[in-house]
Amino acid sequence: MLPRLTALAAALMLAGSVHAADKVKVGFVSTLSGPGAGLGVDIRDGFNLAVKQLNGKLGGLPAEVLIADDQQNPDVAKQATDKLLKKDKVDFMSGIVFSNIMLAVGPAVFQNQTFYISANAGPSQYAGEQCNPFFFNVAWQNDNLHEAVGKYVQDKGFKNVVIVTPNYPGGKDAVSGFKRYYKGKTEEIYTKLGQLDYAAELAQIRAAKPDALFFFLPGGMGINFVKQFVAAGLSRDTQLFAPGFSADEDVIKAVGAPMMGMFNSSHWAHDMDNAENKRFVAEFEKEYGRLPSLYASQGYDAALMMDAAVRDVKGNLADKKALQKALEAKRFKSVRGDFKFNANHYPVQNYYLRVIGKDGQGRVTNKTMGTIFTNHADAYAAQCKMK
Amino acid sequence: MAFYRPARWQQTAALVVLAALLALPSLLDVLDQSYYIGFATRVLIFALAASSLNLVLGFGGMVSLGHAAFFGVGAYVAAICQQAGLGEGLLVLPLAMAVAGLFALAVGAVSLRTRGVYFIMITLAFAQMTYYLFVSASLWGGEDGLPVYERLRLGGISLAGDAALFFVVLGALTVTMLLFSRLAQARFGRTIQAIRENETRMEALGYPVLRYRLACFAIGGAVAGLAGALLANLSGLASPNLLQWTQSGTLLVMVIIGGVGYLWGGVVGAVVLLLLEEILLAWFAHWHIVLGLLLLAVVLFAPKGVAALFGRRDD
Amino acid sequence: MTQLFLEQALNGLQFGLMLFLLAAGLTLVFGIMDCINLAHGSLYMVGAYFVAAAAQAADSFWLGLGAGVAGTALLGLLLELSLFRQLYRRDHLAQVLATFALILIANESVRLIWGPAPLLLNPPESLAGPVEIAGFFYPAYRLVIIACGLVVAGLLYLLVAKSRIGMWVRAGAANREMTEALGINVRALFTAVFVFGAGLCALAGGLLGPLLAVQVGMGESVLILAFVVIIIGGIGSIRGALVGALIVGTVDTLGRALLPTLLRATLPADAAATLGPALASILIYLLMAGILFFKPQGLFPARA
Repeated sequence: MLPRLTALAAALMLAGSVHAADKVKVGFVSTLSGPGAGLGVDIRDGFNLAVKQLNGKLGGLPAEVLIADDQQNPDVAKQATDKLLKKDKVDFMSGIVFSNIMLAVGPAVFQNQTFYISANAGPSQYAGEQCNPFFFNVAWQNDNLHEAVGKYVQDKGFKNVVIVTPNYPGGKDAVSGFKRYYKGKTEEIYTKLGQLDYAAELAQIRAAKPDALFFFLPGGMGINFVKQFVAAGLSRDTQLFAPGFSADEDVIKAVGAPMMGMFNSSHWAHDMDNAENKRFVAEFEKEYGRLPSLYASQGYDAALMMDAAVRDVKGNLADKKALQKALEAKRFKSVRGDFKFNANHYPVQNYYLRVIGKDGQGRVTNKTMGTIFTNHADAYAAQCKMK
Repeated sequence: MAFYRPARWQQTAALVVLAALLALPSLLDVLDQSYYIGFATRVLIFALAASSLNLVLGFGGMVSLGHAAFFGVGAYVAAICQQAGLGEGLLVLPLAMAVAGLFALAVGAVSLRTRGVYFIMITLAFAQMTYYLFVSASLWGGEDGLPVYERLRLGGISLAGDAALFFVVLGALTVTMLLFSRLAQARFGRTIQAIRENETRMEALGYPVLRYRLACFAIGGAVAGLAGALLANLSGLASPNLLQWTQSGTLLVMVIIGGVGYLWGGVVGAVVLLLLEEILLAWFAHWHIVLGLLLLAVVLFAPKGVAALFGRRDD
Repeated sequence: MTQLFLEQALNGLQFGLMLFLLAAGLTLVFGIMDCINLAHGSLYMVGAYFVAAAAQAADSFWLGLGAGVAGTALLGLLLELSLFRQLYRRDHLAQVLATFALILIANESVRLIWGPAPLLLNPPESLAGPVEIAGFFYPAYRLVIIACGLVVAGLLYLLVAKSRIGMWVRAGAANREMTEALGINVRALFTAVFVFGAGLCALAGGLLGPLLAVQVGMGESVLILAFVVIIIGGIGSIRGALVGALIVGTVDTLGRALLPTLLRATLPADAAATLGPALASILIYLLMAGILFFKPQGLFPARA
């Protein structure tokens, strides 16, 4: 039986290389429940908005987006991914928010020779030694936003910085990214992942009397931290810094005015002045009744990236090499302006400084202040030997 | 209550099911539904884990709410070995069992000093400690868990294919169930069940009650470790989530649904629960409500579980 | 240094008092009815959601708190009458399964009704900022929580230690059959205790809501802590619950605050950074295992 099946598979593959596929299937596994749900929901909404604007098509072919919730649990994500790969036989995958979940499902996706377009998770492993032809990150490498804050804090002459981050690998990456550019004195406080009460840590911060505080607490953790930081009266003496993900619309919506004056870094902002972005922000607000976050912009870009590549290969999704070339070529117009892919399939792009304040309509939101890095690549690209 | 005694028809049924399972991978392959091989493997692994808890809970009468700790430790032992390049299953699987079993021995030695609800809580506490230990251990990936990039080999044969792993898991479950069946009817099994029924009397008769209990607890832990090591190979990851107390709760639910103290209770419970999940989740995202109501119905109306409908444990 | 210590002590006290509100109901249900209620944490979650929803509707935190507590007590009454009554006579295993089922139902129902994202609950505007005490700033709202916790703990002590109902409750915890034999309506007493416990859960959930987050799954982590508290204190003892809660609150807070510093002074920085948070998070479980090892019935056993 086995030889016959192999022959059948070969025949199918041959057929595939001649004819274009009749539709594009995208497997979208993301964190849609629990404390991290806000992030996944924004990526999904951004992705869906792009597909809707393309009249339900990707690269001219009807698109079918299969959505699954990973509950921020690597085992659940792995099961959902296996199902999408083996049962639904999707052509692309996307959606994962958290790096640990990406690392859990990555091997299965690559083994199956399915392209993964990451709209958020950018683990250092996949940027360096374990870089893979089937993995693309349309957002950033995890360290980048922390590096940008570190650079700015260093340039502004802050001397005594406390860093707060959860005790998990993503948190340690944040510390090393920040310290790659900030060379002054630091005190690092590691918290439990998912911790909600920061009273003990705030007392430590008060005792350390830092002039700046850098925190990386994704999702609900960051919301609680900022609220409690301000309630404890610490914002009077200590300047707050964070990467863009701890200071975007999802967090601002929950915390409100206390966040004003906080600095953060991002590769995108809703006030960026280009035609694609203006259209994206306006349509997103119209569709969902809220401002898009950087996650939404990344989901939107992921869909545009798939659209351009499928169009490039004229719908022939079976020719993996050609599809890889088309993805690498990056022929879509990103809402963050122009950028290109590095050899490790991670972006080389600008990073900007934003500050939270009131906009023209009196809403508390981010405002772009200037550029921190121009055409910045990640620190791991040199270790990548892309096949 | 009386001792467990298997019915002859159960053995016949088990053989028929076993034969059907042996043919399953080829059948799914032909139907182009190879995804379900992985799913079936998962079900069998949980059947193994639930059966190990059933030994502790059903036969030993010890309500442990920390069984996931041994399950998780087994998974981590496998992942650590395989990441260090030790990929021979004939070494790794026994090692996972040994470590999980020894750990269970240590936990049991402390916990079995307490009774009733205190025992439930102290096993839970140990499981929580283990969970936090692995979450914080950056050496083993911390919250990210430890990936298994290459599956085990068994006597040199790679288990990279889903069907190969399925057969190994099926074999492990078959052997375990045979052993458990023997064990339940042997002197050890009789004694442990007698202790469950009347501890004081057994103590008065001069049985070393604690030692019997401890042995039962450790065997259960070792088999849970085996299940964990197999799961790490199936999912390609040993993650701290495996050690969470809700995982212990899920295993407990499987055993209770299946039937506490019935040889096949754990297997039936795992199959019923995971199949329900697979089917219900497809048409109702909030399927946990349905599951919860079903569980309540089991408690209130079928207190002996599903296996009780078929099995004999004459009162 | 003294300031830091004082602040951490206040934090520990605040955490401990909230744990006490949760543990009080749990220990009584456990002690008197001999019923393991894993769904106690779900009452805390549902309570917080009720408070948040009511506060949004009424546009007042305090009104919301009152309505939420009342609503949760009512839910507790319904649960007791329909389900828990039948569970008292069953073994621990059946209780674990049934209340585990309740957790699943509660979590999914909340997700169905309020969605997967956390619900926003803000403290009253006047309490949002810090106040100055003894030379440092402390969040006003946390002080209010401490005050509420102390008042409730005091009232509870009077109720249990001094009142007639409290006497019955204590009698029930110590020896149920004897209490019944004395002609006390134990069934009504059970219902009252359960409803009261549910109300306390909602109070804790509502008070902590603005500080933490009102979200699905918030009950589970707190449930485990509440169990640790009553095991340390001794099942069925209100005094034990109070002492246990304060011990757990203080040990957890101080452990988190002091352990990393202590370890940094003695170990290489790398090892300290890993070990510190790990040790801090298992400290209370170590404490519980240690106490059970020497005192298998907890610090204040209700049944002598």
